[in-house]
Amino acid sequence: MMKKELGLFLLLAVISAITGAINPAFLSFVNLLNMANLIGLFGVFALGEGLVIITGGIDLSLGSMFALLGVVFIDLLTTYQVPWPFALLLVLMGGLALGGIQGFLITRLKMQPFIVTLCGLLIYRGAARYYTSDSTRGFGYGDEANTLSNIASGNVAGIPNTFIFLIILAVILGVLLHRSVYGRWLYAVGKNEEAARFSGIRTNLVIATAYVISGGLAGVSTVLFVFYTNSVSPSSFGNFYELYAIAAAVLGGCSLRGGEGSILGIVLGTALLQVLQNLVNILGIPNSLNFAVMGTVILIGVLADQQLQARRRRKAALAGLARTAPKSKENTRLQNASPHGAAALPTTTGDQA
Amino acid sequence: MAETLLELSGISKTYPGVRALDDVNLRVGRGEVLGLIGENGAGKSTLMRVLAGVIAPSAGVIRIGGTEHARMTVNEATLAGIAFVHQELNLFENLDVAANVFIGREKLAGGPLKLVDNAEMRARVTPLLERLGADFTPSTLVDNLSIAERQMVEIAKALSIDARVIIMDEPTSSLTISETERLLEVIADLKAHGISVIYISHRLGEIMSCADRVVVLRDGRTVGELARDELSHAAMIRLMIGRDLKALYTPPAHAPQPGGCDIAGVVTTAFPDRQIDLSVRRGEILGLAGLVGAGRTSLARAVFGIDPLLGGEIRIDNAPVGVASPRDAIRQGIYLVPEDRKKSGLVLELPIRENVTLASLLDYARMWLVNGNAERKIAKDQARRLSIKAPSIDIEAVTLSGGNQQKVVLGKWLSMQPRVMFFDEPTRGIDVGAKSEIYALMRSLADQGVAIVMISSDMEEVIGVSDRVAVMHEGSVSGVLERDQFSEYNVLRLAVGQALETMEATAS
Repeated sequence: MMKKELGLFLLLAVISAITGAINPAFLSFVNLLNMANLIGLFGVFALGEGLVIITGGIDLSLGSMFALLGVVFIDLLTTYQVPWPFALLLVLMGGLALGGIQGFLITRLKMQPFIVTLCGLLIYRGAARYYTSDSTRGFGYGDEANTLSNIASGNVAGIPNTFIFLIILAVILGVLLHRSVYGRWLYAVGKNEEAARFSGIRTNLVIATAYVISGGLAGVSTVLFVFYTNSVSPSSFGNFYELYAIAAAVLGGCSLRGGEGSILGIVLGTALLQVLQNLVNILGIPNSLNFAVMGTVILIGVLADQQLQARRRRKAALAGLARTAPKSKENTRLQNASPHGAAALPTTTGDQA
Repeated sequence: MAETLLELSGISKTYPGVRALDDVNLRVGRGEVLGLIGENGAGKSTLMRVLAGVIAPSAGVIRIGGTEHARMTVNEATLAGIAFVHQELNLFENLDVAANVFIGREKLAGGPLKLVDNAEMRARVTPLLERLGADFTPSTLVDNLSIAERQMVEIAKALSIDARVIIMDEPTSSLTISETERLLEVIADLKAHGISVIYISHRLGEIMSCADRVVVLRDGRTVGELARDELSHAAMIRLMIGRDLKALYTPPAHAPQPGGCDIAGVVTTAFPDRQIDLSVRRGEILGLAGLVGAGRTSLARAVFGIDPLLGGEIRIDNAPVGVASPRDAIRQGIYLVPEDRKKSGLVLELPIRENVTLASLLDYARMWLVNGNAERKIAKDQARRLSIKAPSIDIEAVTLSGGNQQKVVLGKWLSMQPRVMFFDEPTRGIDVGAKSEIYALMRSLADQGVAIVMISSDMEEVIGVSDRVAVMHEGSVSGVLERDQFSEYNVLRLAVGQALETMEATAS
């Protein structure tokens, strides 16, 4: 289980070391903190995406959720002068609600996750643009949410709060996923929904909860991103971010078939993606190649992982075979002997004689 | 007798440890309808797969129209004029009738693109459908056809390749009575056109009405042949059984206790027009026999809350229980060891430990956090109690043998408090040693006061293990046998929908 994460960590370390050797600026304090901030920002919702992927589903709607919740959030603070704790609460509840609706459609109405969340992607984006008449929303010159802004985009001893949030959330979700009953159910449902149902697990509830958690984390991410950019342009805010999350989860060991992945892996996957982006800048690789580099690394990473797994499985199968071989031979003998003696006398048959 | 069209001689097929076919001889004349019967697992399907070229026989010769084959490929079989109408129809529901008839042999139009010539295919299918008296057109989507109509498509497909032998495997298992009659008419018509039919069925009545000759398979061997004037239910059933049973039976430690599980007027989704009444007492193993598709598994699924109950009531110790979901059933102490353990019984990629606690994890958790020690303890206990052979409880279930996998499924339920347990084909694909361990376990559970229902198609198992046997036929219970009435003959009679014979006949 930990092998995957260790491999990912080594990959991350090697890439960082090489980049640092070529351009020491990569390892500068400023650059590291900048990356930590981005890892925090992108990691929070990647965790939710990871849970959804472990159920065997997918959530394509995250980026559009950021836009919709983002414009609503800013509007609540500026236009309606809602005190920030309430605005925060409303946005979080909004995220949970959107996740709940998607979870309901997927589990109760048996729609495919890809379709439900693709429609979510389109609808939320459209709603955000209509709501704002396609105009960018930002904070005025007042201090509508200074406290919250400081919490969301500040730092503790230089370490960005976003990164700290990520660590806290990762620990909570890590316990949830790897230590709790719910986490066990999530893996079981992802691996074999039918067997889980035959064991009395409420599979619909387990799956829907993953979408709710993902929506809630999208709410948290919305707030963090809003204070990172300080404005929301509804047509571009959060564009493609769901793909970053999916990429991070897959890179971190989640299988789109479900039932696989870990919180640590997702965090490491996110970190690797951000390091790659940063490396493109630092090494002077044309920025236009950004996505291509990311795509190539994911492709190679997943391919290598599959090959290694296949090898491990072959080995395990061989070991299993070696273990059971003597026994099965004995069974063969028993089976041949027992059924009514017919098979024991293969050559003498009345018909032919 | 008509000239011989197809002849199988000395066909054997061995798999490691199993002799599926043993020196089978079979002859089909031109325009003859040959009935092929035998119990579940007698080798009928294997034999037909040899004929279709899907599997190669280990020994023997297939002679068709004078040509000898040691084995055939699927293509050779098709070219030789052997066609199938399968039990599970192999049609593409998303394509129309003509496309299905010509699947893999599409007529192509000329021109550089070699596009599929739909018009030509439809034109060729029309007369075939007319000949079969079908009232749908070649452009109908198969999805819109009934099972009987789909069968007509399969037969049309057979005719389109100029089939000389059409093999029908349980063709009427999902047909209504009038559809069955229609099919029998079609068979008579095929026969009149010189096409031979191998008709495989459990429904002896149909065999009686359409077969010219019947060959009986048992344990992979041809055990007898009946000419048309020798056909009778009794003669066929006798040939299908004809073997001694080993003594597997362990009597219960004490007489069945009162209470247990009553299934009263239950209606399942598989047979919405039938009611099932059945009761199993505490401390008793009730065998549930019947042919494949008789509704046994759907009953178990309904009682376990997987499928909805369309009617009726389930009572445990005379108190009605609600089973809207497996979770409800499990709370009531109703457990199911499913037929397909890999699909429904286990999460194969999870370790033994996690499979054992899958249904009861909350009992080993505090505030929703799993208590690893408690979990390990219970998993180890179960592994020891069931003697699961594995190097550790942390290895994935997928690496275990079938018998040990089944024990893990049992471990999952035995770590809890069973009151009623359904075992669906509990020993299918399991080696002999593990089988007897599972029988012993069922008995000890029963002796502890659990009511046990064992669904099995293995006659030896049904008769050897059960205290009583209920037999299902087409969705309802056709009879219940007490131990002194146990015989394969009786079970089979009930399974094919016949009443029990009088006492002296039973005794013989």
